[in-house]
Amino acid sequence: MKPLRQIEPGEQLLNVENVSLRFGGVKAITDVSFDIVKGEVRAIIGPNGAGKTSMLNVINGFYHPQEGQITYRGATRSKMRPHVAATQGIARTFQNVALFKGMTTLDNIMVGRTLKMQKSFFWHLFRHGPAMNEEIEHRKFVEEIIDFLEIEHIRKVPVGKLPYGLQKRVELGRALAMEPELLLLDEPMAGMNLEEKEDMCRFILDTKEQYGTTIALIEHDMGVVMDLSDRVVVLEYGIKIADGTPDEVKANQKVIDAYLGVAH
Amino acid sequence: MFYREAGQFKKTYAADMAVFPILQDRIGIAVILIVAAVVIPLTGSTFFISSVMIPFLVFSLAAMGLNIVTGYTGLISLGTGAFMGVGAFACYKLTTIFPNVNIIIWILASGIFSAAIGAAFGLPSLRIKGFYLAVATLAAQFFLEWCFVRVPWLYNYSASGAIQVPQRTLFDVAITGANATPTTRYLVLLGIVVLMTWVASNILHGRIGRTFMAVRDMDIAAELMGIRLLPAKLMAFALSSFYCGVAGAVMMFLWYGGGEAADAFNIRQSFNILFMVIIGGLGSLIGCFLGAALLNIVPIILKFGFPAIGIAIGSETAEHLNHLLVGGLIIFFLIVEPHGLARLWQITKQKLRTWPFPY
Ligand SMILES: Nc1ncnc2c1ncn2[C@@H]1O[C@H](COP(=O)(O)OP(=O)(O)O)[C@@H](O)[C@H]1O
Ligand SMILES: [Mg+2]
Repeated sequence: MKPLRQIEPGEQLLNVENVSLRFGGVKAITDVSFDIVKGEVRAIIGPNGAGKTSMLNVINGFYHPQEGQITYRGATRSKMRPHVAATQGIARTFQNVALFKGMTTLDNIMVGRTLKMQKSFFWHLFRHGPAMNEEIEHRKFVEEIIDFLEIEHIRKVPVGKLPYGLQKRVELGRALAMEPELLLLDEPMAGMNLEEKEDMCRFILDTKEQYGTTIALIEHDMGVVMDLSDRVVVLEYGIKIADGTPDEVKANQKVIDAYLGVAH
Repeated sequence: MFYREAGQFKKTYAADMAVFPILQDRIGIAVILIVAAVVIPLTGSTFFISSVMIPFLVFSLAAMGLNIVTGYTGLISLGTGAFMGVGAFACYKLTTIFPNVNIIIWILASGIFSAAIGAAFGLPSLRIKGFYLAVATLAAQFFLEWCFVRVPWLYNYSASGAIQVPQRTLFDVAITGANATPTTRYLVLLGIVVLMTWVASNILHGRIGRTFMAVRDMDIAAELMGIRLLPAKLMAFALSSFYCGVAGAVMMFLWYGGGEAADAFNIRQSFNILFMVIIGGLGSLIGCFLGAALLNIVPIILKFGFPAIGIAIGSETAEHLNHLLVGGLIIFFLIVEPHGLARLWQITKQKLRTWPFPY
């Protein structure tokens, strides 16, 4: 595999070419191509079962497509495990929150720093000196994220006890703690009320501004998609039916038939 | 009223990340340590020290080992007894081959052998979980138990097949063997347990502990954070078996003073320790001590306490009652409070903190 390159804003960060994914007889994704440019918010929309989540799973290495190839930061990858995707700067949140339920908010987000923590097992025996300094350094970073997401009050609460909206926020925090280059968000606003949705929108935009993170966003709320995203891919039954700016997509007849016309 | 954190503001992250951030907790720990290290050796009867405190400490250590892999990492293991046995035999062989090296070093080093064997038997944990993993560790238990009986090299070809603990000294004081007093053995054991509890707490409160818990709570998300599952699980097995191994070594050398390993390290011992962890609290270090204390004290009260206050029950009845009680406790905790005594203790502390107001 070619070494990964540094990508400048406006350059292609990820390129998906002719990807097809099947589960036995079920075609989840058929011959889909699109790219993500560094610095943009790229929305992926489509009705339920269209293959959006599967697409994210392909990008971060949970699923291996039968056909097609993926180029990330200038390197075309072969089969890759999810933990390798993490080392390359790909983070993600899940459609059904996948937090560490028995751990506190703080610990959940600290886990996001795991890859950045280098001190060996030996120093951990003492929890003084290097291991503790490292812990404090990362705690500071995590506290910044906690401030940013306005979740100071639940810092020490086990996340299993939090309401759904806050869990989604903690999950975003955990992903941000990885300082990702590419952030994959799978329906971050599903099941939220209006106020929570507005907060989440703000956090996503601020993430893009403050951290310069490139974001792939799956979302059902068309208003949100139109406001947040720079470009939109539309999938239906695993096939790409449209690709362009929000306005272009909104005007596309296939999209109107397949998606916008149907009440949700 | 006195158990408050009001007025104790943490000025640094280091203070906030301390294991016992509340002053009263730190005082409590200090008091417990003083009682354990000074008051008990000075005032405790021989019976209390050798039949209550020594077994309690040995089991606490073993429970800590199992809790690392089962409570913190979520991988069930039924091989605890066997991993303890590996530690006991490793210590026995080491001190027979190198009698001049201090026995305390060999007790700690014996954990390395059980760690290696534990990690080897932990390999299937990458592919299998839950019930199937339990069965795989059960296979380890039976295989190792077989070795303990069938490999005479392990027990130095003694006719009885038992470990004979030789006399070993520290600063010319006998700490193992027939001449070691219960108080000396107790103090050595206490030192080992305190040291190892401190280390476990350090490891579990940092990156490694979080890695374990992440694997336990949601392994796919853990992998996505860059955690490689196989090394994480193997490390949990190795660390857990290290603790179990040392527990086995101290069990033979500082408690039993010798005996047949096949009896001490059998499947019943594995279950015994699993019950301690369940009753004490999965994923809690304090729980290891609480569970070990409860399961250790119940039979003693039944056996000696009742006769002492004039209620005569036969030792057989006492044993049956004990089984009934432990069974009942396990069912109670599994259904009502899966986090065990440790959680009940936490709730009590929470209540104390706000007492006398309900909230
Ligand atoms: N692990 C899997 N095994 C079998 N079928 C799957 C799996 N994951 C997804 N699918 C199928 O792939 C299709 C696309 O699913 P998904 O990507 O979850 O859609 P979306 O996120 O757009 O709602 C669905 O028909 C779904 O049943
Ligand atoms: Mg989906």
